[in-house]
Amino acid sequence: MQWEIVIGLEVHAQLSTQSKIFSGSSTAYGAAPNTQASVIDLALPGVLPVLNKGAVERAIKLGLSVGAKINSPSIFARKNYFYPDLPKGYQISQYELPVVQGGNIHIQVDGTEKNIRLTRAHLEEDAGKSLHEDFHGMSGIDLNRAGTPLLEIVSEPDMRSSAEAVAYAKILHALVRWIGICDGNMQEGSFRCDANVSVRPHGTEKLGTRCEIKNLNSFRFLEKAIDYEARRQIEILEDGGAIRQETRLYDANKDETRTMRTKEDANDYRYFPDPDLLPLEIPQSWIDQIKQTLPELPQARRDRYVSAFALSAYDASVLTSSREMADYFDATLKQLPAQAKLCANWIMGEISGQLNKEGIEMTACPITPAQLAALLARINDGTISGKAAKTVFESMWNGELGKNVDAIIEAKGLKQISDDSAIEKLVDQVLAANAQQVADYRNGKEKAFNSLIGQIMKATQGKANPAQVNAMLKKKLDG
Amino acid sequence: MTLSVSDVKRIADLAYIEIDEDEAKETLIQLSGIFNLIETMQAVDTSAVEPMSHAQSVTQRLREDAVTETDQRELYQSIAPQVEAGLYLVPQVIE
Repeated sequence: MQWEIVIGLEVHAQLSTQSKIFSGSSTAYGAAPNTQASVIDLALPGVLPVLNKGAVERAIKLGLSVGAKINSPSIFARKNYFYPDLPKGYQISQYELPVVQGGNIHIQVDGTEKNIRLTRAHLEEDAGKSLHEDFHGMSGIDLNRAGTPLLEIVSEPDMRSSAEAVAYAKILHALVRWIGICDGNMQEGSFRCDANVSVRPHGTEKLGTRCEIKNLNSFRFLEKAIDYEARRQIEILEDGGAIRQETRLYDANKDETRTMRTKEDANDYRYFPDPDLLPLEIPQSWIDQIKQTLPELPQARRDRYVSAFALSAYDASVLTSSREMADYFDATLKQLPAQAKLCANWIMGEISGQLNKEGIEMTACPITPAQLAALLARINDGTISGKAAKTVFESMWNGELGKNVDAIIEAKGLKQISDDSAIEKLVDQVLAANAQQVADYRNGKEKAFNSLIGQIMKATQGKANPAQVNAMLKKKLDG
Repeated sequence: MTLSVSDVKRIADLAYIEIDEDEAKETLIQLSGIFNLIETMQAVDTSAVEPMSHAQSVTQRLREDAVTETDQRELYQSIAPQVEAGLYLVPQVIE
């Protein structure tokens, strides 16, 4: 039987506020245990939460970026469960009337565009951390993370493969960073995915029983966990079994998922509106004001690159994979208008490659857009060949000669020979010295032509303008 | 809605409250009384009324995003039963 995989994702994005969602404690990562846990985070009796405007603002930004409805009023609710790293005995979250309702994310897989619908995005607080190392048979609790603002972004079950799920997660990851609401650091847990996975016979409508895989903190694990889980479910069904609704954990070492808890012992969270928090009113004027601060969004920029600069959809999507890269491209292009493809190739090729190799961010790139543009201008005006440009690029990257393009070209003698009479002289010399190959070519051996080109380039250490050499040689041989 | 003793036990379990058989029966009677009250109220037509999420018709005040709390770990941990290496210690919890 042919099976169809159905996937929905829940993403927890940690919002990039200075302070916590309901207290004035710092959210900085990596502080000594419990040094950023105030009376509110500790849930001492008699304290009251006060909502952080910055957290709401970031939620609204996301809503506006995905074309969602912003609910007003929006309501906070208590989600009740017992765990020592949740000292109140409930997590403040949203149930009915989340800040963000609906919305859409466009993904591209294998060149095909697809729309993924969002269900909602709601604000909530993170819990603390439990350390189960042995403290004389006790557990240690660190509440620094308790109260850190999270935006839980929930999709509809619109994805049909792990590739689509990864594409969606990547687009969302790029978006939250692009609009500056989350640093996207997956290692530190700032962006975590839960995947709801089910399978059904191809062509049927009814959704199969789903399993939720928790806390996937890399795109690779997301892909592998979904693939494993779908295989597991299909095997059970093909053996005549039934899927049990449960929460599962992905074990990266064994590349498998395993049961964390089943539906029978699932918590009944007994949500109810939190009486400590009043309904959140979001006036249209506030929404409009936030809209003004939004940058041009990745999708819009992608479309602009394709329509205004005739870049391919692929190039446009690579360039807009981060705002830093797109800004770098824009800044380079500003210095060298009408050379979009050349700029794109170098940014996606040399620049990205070198950044990746050295593990540094675009913002720390040793070559500025203006410097790159100066280099590309020299390719464009025929001063140097593309090959020589790579040598210049390397020197610039290493900070030689103040990264001055012309000085490097001069010092390394990379200037291309573009003078017609000089090239003609060279061609004549090579033709005279290779009478046999000239004869071969005239007898129909096309290969001899390339060999002659090679000789000429060699004689000039690759500095002759290849296009001119080509034309000149053709003229001499055929003319 | 009729409540059973097992429902009461399930609720107690979720709330981490230990109750014995007699207490469960007693609680059943009390909770059932509350449910009867709710049932009586449900006779009122509320279809045109917006659900109330808070008793006062005021809205949430927001605070600016700024760090206003300082590290007072020592003070807060002075009343904790057991601490070590800056951590609050609790009976071991492993699910």
